[in-house]
Amino acid sequence: SEQAAGEKPHCELQRTESCKVQVTAEGGKGKALCGEGRPSSSCVFVVRKDQDIYIQTLRKLFNESHGIFIGLQRSEEEFAGKSRKTQLVQVSKNYRSVIRACMEDMHQAAVSARDPALHSQYSTQVSILSAMELIWNLCEILFVEAAVAGPLLLRLLDWVRLHVCDVDNMVREVLSSENPSKHELFWNVVDVFVLQGRMDEARHLLSKEASANPTSVNMCRILDDLMKKMPVPSLGNTQTLTEMELKWQHWHEECQRYLQDGTFASNSHMESICKILLGDENAILEKKELMTTWYHFLVTRLLYSHPTVKPMELRFYAQSSMDLFLGGESSPEPLDTILMAAFEFELHQVIKECSIALSNWWFVAHLTDLLDHCKLLQSHNLYFGSNMREFLLLEYASGLFSHYSLWQLGVDYFDHCPEYGRVYLELHIERIPLNTEQKALKVLRICEQRQMHEQVRSICKIMAMKALRNNRLGSALSWSIRAKDAAFATLISDRFLKDYCEKGCFSDLDLIDNLGPSMLLSDRLTFLGKYREFHRLYGEKRFSEAAKLLLMLMTAHIAPCSFWMTLLTDALPLLEQKEVIFSAEQTYELMRCLEDLTAGKSDKQKFQDDDVETMKVEMLRLALARNLARVIVKEGTLEGS
Amino acid sequence: DGTSCVSVCARCLAKSDGVISIQDNRISIWSVGDLGNVGLNGEYQGEPQLLCDIRHNGDVMDMQTLSANQRWEKAHYHVDRDASCGGAACTGVICSNPEIVTVGEDGRINLFRADQKDAVRTIDNADSSTLHAVTFLRTTEILTVNSIGQLKIWDLRQQRNEPSQIFSLTGDRVPLHCVDRHPNQQHIVATGGQDGMLSIWDIRQGTMPVSLLNAHEAEMWEVHFHPSNPDHLFTCSEDGSLWHWDTSTSVSEKPSFLHQGGRSTTYFSHNTINQSVVSAWLSNDPTKDRMEITNLIPNQTLSVNSLDILGPCLVYGTDAEAIYVNRHLFA
Repeated sequence: SEQAAGEKPHCELQRTESCKVQVTAEGGKGKALCGEGRPSSSCVFVVRKDQDIYIQTLRKLFNESHGIFIGLQRSEEEFAGKSRKTQLVQVSKNYRSVIRACMEDMHQAAVSARDPALHSQYSTQVSILSAMELIWNLCEILFVEAAVAGPLLLRLLDWVRLHVCDVDNMVREVLSSENPSKHELFWNVVDVFVLQGRMDEARHLLSKEASANPTSVNMCRILDDLMKKMPVPSLGNTQTLTEMELKWQHWHEECQRYLQDGTFASNSHMESICKILLGDENAILEKKELMTTWYHFLVTRLLYSHPTVKPMELRFYAQSSMDLFLGGESSPEPLDTILMAAFEFELHQVIKECSIALSNWWFVAHLTDLLDHCKLLQSHNLYFGSNMREFLLLEYASGLFSHYSLWQLGVDYFDHCPEYGRVYLELHIERIPLNTEQKALKVLRICEQRQMHEQVRSICKIMAMKALRNNRLGSALSWSIRAKDAAFATLISDRFLKDYCEKGCFSDLDLIDNLGPSMLLSDRLTFLGKYREFHRLYGEKRFSEAAKLLLMLMTAHIAPCSFWMTLLTDALPLLEQKEVIFSAEQTYELMRCLEDLTAGKSDKQKFQDDDVETMKVEMLRLALARNLARVIVKEGTLEGS
Repeated sequence: DGTSCVSVCARCLAKSDGVISIQDNRISIWSVGDLGNVGLNGEYQGEPQLLCDIRHNGDVMDMQTLSANQRWEKAHYHVDRDASCGGAACTGVICSNPEIVTVGEDGRINLFRADQKDAVRTIDNADSSTLHAVTFLRTTEILTVNSIGQLKIWDLRQQRNEPSQIFSLTGDRVPLHCVDRHPNQQHIVATGGQDGMLSIWDIRQGTMPVSLLNAHEAEMWEVHFHPSNPDHLFTCSEDGSLWHWDTSTSVSEKPSFLHQGGRSTTYFSHNTINQSVVSAWLSNDPTKDRMEITNLIPNQTLSVNSLDILGPCLVYGTDAEAIYVNRHLFA
């Protein structure tokens, strides 16, 4: 598995907590690696590329949530208690609205997709996003907001109303028909309203029934009255729980009396509604199709039998609700397991189950981060040292790095992982493919801001080398300057000098003539600049300055020894001028340089020197001697001195 | 949506205001719609409508509007044009209908015409380093900036492949990333560098910038004079900020006694402030001139890669794959 971790981050490993890598093959694209480790277990790991990051509409999710994440990390911790909680709830709501926006876009994409495979992919994504929002919403109610008994039920009711939409079409159909009470699905809709605790809407429909059916007016009125009087928990501080419970008890008894009196005996629909109001499990269960899910059943049950349920009591009701609803016909799906874990307040279980069920780390990473900010995750360390939040963020961000543009988001996530974030970033950032200079500049800026000097040097070297290979000497120099890489600047200068020796003239004069202070980056570069200056001075016929510069290049050892011969040869035309340019001192210096140069060669080298070389040396000696003669005479005469 | 928004371009498409964006190597034209839907901050409330969409191979770095439709492949390349990896990024494009000039990482300048299949003129190895941006100085002259801090003027009428003038920064040869010319006074040029510094040049005189203004904390990606209100300048940067530079206040402070004193009045005109010959951009006196600089982005996170302005409308794109439109710039 270490082998797999060292892979380039183009593929993504799914890990369960027991660290056995899941095997998923992807139609020929999978790469097989052999597992190392214990000799008895030889596993084959198939590594799969994370496709989700390439889905167009999901990119909005990643980008927007990145903004929310950063905002959360930067938010002031000085708010304590209630205002902090409000802030965190707002963050949670923001995340959820991003998921919903994404769902909308995905839905639009699904509707307009012509390719059936694409359509089904998008539709799947829509349902996945919907499930994510469902889970997140529940976690917000139970963990972030930590709703207490009373408001808890109201929140759960909202939750159910928002997410059980299968019945919306039916509701719309009945409501928009001319004579709703005559519609065959009329009572279904009334039931739906009652099951979801939407009393006002139920009562509204009942009034239609009352006006349409005079025989049932009395029953309607009583039922309407019961619905109106039903006590619900309040959000504000208008009543205490005990008060509410008392009122509810009275109301419950009143309903009981009406039922037992047989008030609704003639209308089975209304009788069943009355039973539902009394919290009769069987009556509620009869409406299974209208509730569609066990958690709807749970909330309805709670509404009508235990509206002041405490958070910690939820687990019992949840388990029994699921058992009753599924009734042994079907087994719980992953979503059910996750929700159950949430009702049981098993945070780690929720996160674990979500990690397994979902195909990328986005959801668990952000949710865990939020829960961590709510101070709900104990900081027990996982076996390799970092905590759960950091682990998930690292996984998520690593996945982003394989994308050609989302990697920038990943950087910020690593920044907020205190233990390993920096190391991960250092490793990942060097492996981003740099196909354009602008991308390289962005990467460099990120490294410089975080004092990652190694990475800066390495990236600049890569870019400089690429430029050099493409013959872009100016670009190469510009990269070396950025990295303050003297060695590379020397390399570039050598290249220029080589070009000069071969072609006899300088290429890229616009660069060499305008080196400015960057000339000082390396000795060779300084030499190059000065040498070019010599040529310029010579071209402008400022011979004595040129001569002085030339000599200085050798005596100050700015010029590399290999170049001295060239420099001395350059001195020849100056020596041959009609006017004497080099002074006696200077001529002696030049002679010394020549002798140093030739003395340095061993006898063997001298033997290998071809005629041209020896002739050059001879010519130089002659020219120097002649110059010396002339200058001695000149300096000796009265006018000359 | 899409990748990092690398370039935006605001233009009036027919009658409705349009925004052109580049994302995910796809050039998209959006209609930002009518003025009916303006929210509290003057921000457009509705969703921009996608009008059309063209796919593009490779990263799109820059763009301009033109009415014709052409495609010049491999306009920029390193060494060997036909090698598969030989392509070089084209970093800048400017057009003045029907002529189009492009520059690239290969140091090459290409001149195209919208109706011609091949390049009209190519200057190979115009620069030994990467050319980052190009703009028109006059109809036959262009300005380029490169990664060794040089601003060059090229005269396209001349056949020689040498710049007619070279300007460079003082001090370190910090790469220059963007260039723009004052819309009315063509001798005033603004450039932005890798260190976030804004340089104002007077190309009539000297080879060094007139003023250097310390601005952003990271690369300045684009600089634009407002086309009809050139006392306003806009710059955007890798550090995530977008600055609005406003010198209009300083010009109005010019004391009127100079006018009454009988001095030559060729320096000041009677009409609008914009017509003032001595532009606020060139004057250096800190006591007289105040420049107002505002950061237009409240919560900056990722880089702002590109901006454009037209009238009261500002458009910019960020690395967070979002485009922002501000339709009430001077409100």
